[in-house]
Amino acid sequence: MKRYLPLLALLAVVIFVQLLTGWTETGFYLTQLTMSAYYSLVIIGLCLLMGYAGQISLGHAGFFAIGGYTSAILTTHNLTPMKDQALVVLLAKVGCLVASKDEYGAELLVAQPWVACLLAVTAATLVALVLGGPVLKLKGHYLAMATLGFGTIIYRLVLATWLCGEADGISSVPPFQLLPGLTVSGGFGERISNYYIAWGLVVLFMVLLINLVHSRAGRALRAIHGAEDAANAMGVNTARFKLTIFVLSAAVAALAGVFLTHYNGGIGPSEAGIMKSVRYVAIVAVGGMASIWGALIMGTLLNFLSMRGVFGTYDDAVFGAILIIIMLFAPEGLLRLQLWPRLKELKKSWGGEK
Amino acid sequence: MTPELFVQYIFAGLTYGIIYAIVAIGFNIIYNTTGIINFAQGEFVMLGGMLAVSLSKLFPLPLAIVLAVLITMAVGALIEMVFIRWLDRPSVLRMIIITIGISILSREAALHIWGESVRSLPYFVGNEVSAVAILGARVSPQVLWVMGVCTVMVVALSLFFRHTLTGQKMQACSANRRAATLCGINARNMVTLSFMLSAGIGALAGCVMSPITYTSYDVGPDLAIKGFTVAIMGGLGNSMAAVAAGLLLGLIEAFSISVLPLAFKDAIAIGILLLILFVRPHGLFGKKEAAGLKEF
Repeated sequence: MKRYLPLLALLAVVIFVQLLTGWTETGFYLTQLTMSAYYSLVIIGLCLLMGYAGQISLGHAGFFAIGGYTSAILTTHNLTPMKDQALVVLLAKVGCLVASKDEYGAELLVAQPWVACLLAVTAATLVALVLGGPVLKLKGHYLAMATLGFGTIIYRLVLATWLCGEADGISSVPPFQLLPGLTVSGGFGERISNYYIAWGLVVLFMVLLINLVHSRAGRALRAIHGAEDAANAMGVNTARFKLTIFVLSAAVAALAGVFLTHYNGGIGPSEAGIMKSVRYVAIVAVGGMASIWGALIMGTLLNFLSMRGVFGTYDDAVFGAILIIIMLFAPEGLLRLQLWPRLKELKKSWGGEK
Repeated sequence: MTPELFVQYIFAGLTYGIIYAIVAIGFNIIYNTTGIINFAQGEFVMLGGMLAVSLSKLFPLPLAIVLAVLITMAVGALIEMVFIRWLDRPSVLRMIIITIGISILSREAALHIWGESVRSLPYFVGNEVSAVAILGARVSPQVLWVMGVCTVMVVALSLFFRHTLTGQKMQACSANRRAATLCGINARNMVTLSFMLSAGIGALAGCVMSPITYTSYDVGPDLAIKGFTVAIMGGLGNSMAAVAAGLLLGLIEAFSISVLPLAFKDAIAIGILLLILFVRPHGLFGKKEAAGLKEF
């Protein structure tokens, strides 16, 4: 039970923040907090991969983009010209498609958001499975470059394909109705409900992660991070664990991509960019690599500040500087600096020298 | 494809290929002395080109290029001294993240100094339309400059490593750092020197290619990925093989344009990188046993 206490605290903070913005009439903060929640989802997934399984990925924006773009294409691509084809008729019959009219009265026939979401996450999962097999055999520099290469390919493909809207991205993505009365969209009236949808998803995923970390699988993962060969020798199937975590984190990134795309009503190629992937890695590093709470706190904080425009035109530079400073001075992360004991130690060694 | 067009593609491929080779050699020099892959390698090329463009407004072109190369070398040395020199046996993950951070910072600094606009140096000889006829193809004299300068650099580097005392000291450090230290070689200075060398050749390549390929603040990462692909193709640490691999990649890219849309050119290079990493991580020309001894 004790391990769920922080989760209750998180829930309390989430509710408190919402009430606070209600009292102080600063509801506009909720928009950025909602978006931060989705980015944090990617980051805690990546934290599991980097901190627990010990595998770096510089391509997670790619999975985010696969999710976001797949859902965006499916829910905006008009199938009306093909509506007499057998496959389309069949899909429409089983309820996978929804018909509506656009603002000019023309017929629109697009995929149902639930179906699109499912397909998007499946697509990312499949890509992660196919990619993860060979990629996770690599180590160190090779792994970093291979994942970076994957991210770059996705970025280039998104920029070059007509279906993805090239440099413009895809806009006017319809809202995603989860349940009657509960819709993922950027509508003004749905700000509070969307805040809770996003954070509800985060809490749900945290429950899953906390259980995973404290299970047999979690211990196996930490063994892999500590010494892969030793873990192998003790009978841990390291390759399978690494692949599972890789696929899980990719699927979560894709899910976050789907939700954020529907929330924003669109997606652009910058979401697939290398800087996004680097930013995710930076935040995991700041949070302390193997600390999902650190990743969550730092992910929310830094993304929130960045989206509020606090860093101005130095946005990317700030993340670059954070990366370097953390890795130089506090490779264990900011929250594990343990400043107090270290100061004490310093004091002691000073006294000793005298 | 007409024979003239064929020759044209070959020249385009060789031009880019030799530049990739120079970037790959830059990777190799630093990798050999430190075991680090410097993800900021592409930024040296960008910095060289940008500095030369700015300096060429104040000085004559040759002087501007020399100054640009010297300043970039100083930047390389500075980066090593500030960020890397004092770290005690850093883990690979830590070094990857630090060099990525350096690459972001240099790029952002360039963005704030020079802005987003694309710049280029004037052609060394002639102008945009002047051309030399070779085997029926029309080749810009600047292409010959790029090939000439890069070839001279490769030859000079191999002579430097084989026949000068400093070069041999650096080789000793890459073979066995501790043994080299015991022989009285200051290994740390050799690391600084390797950063300077690698920054210098990158910057010079950035200068000669600038009239044809143009330079902007964000050319670094793409070049770094290509250069790394080439370094891996040749076998990490093997500079002569990197030249062959670079030319090969350049040719593949050039001919890919005739079949596929231009936008997919970069995706092809990275596809090759992934393929080689999966199938032959020790490189096309490398030996598996030798690669097994190295730390990645």
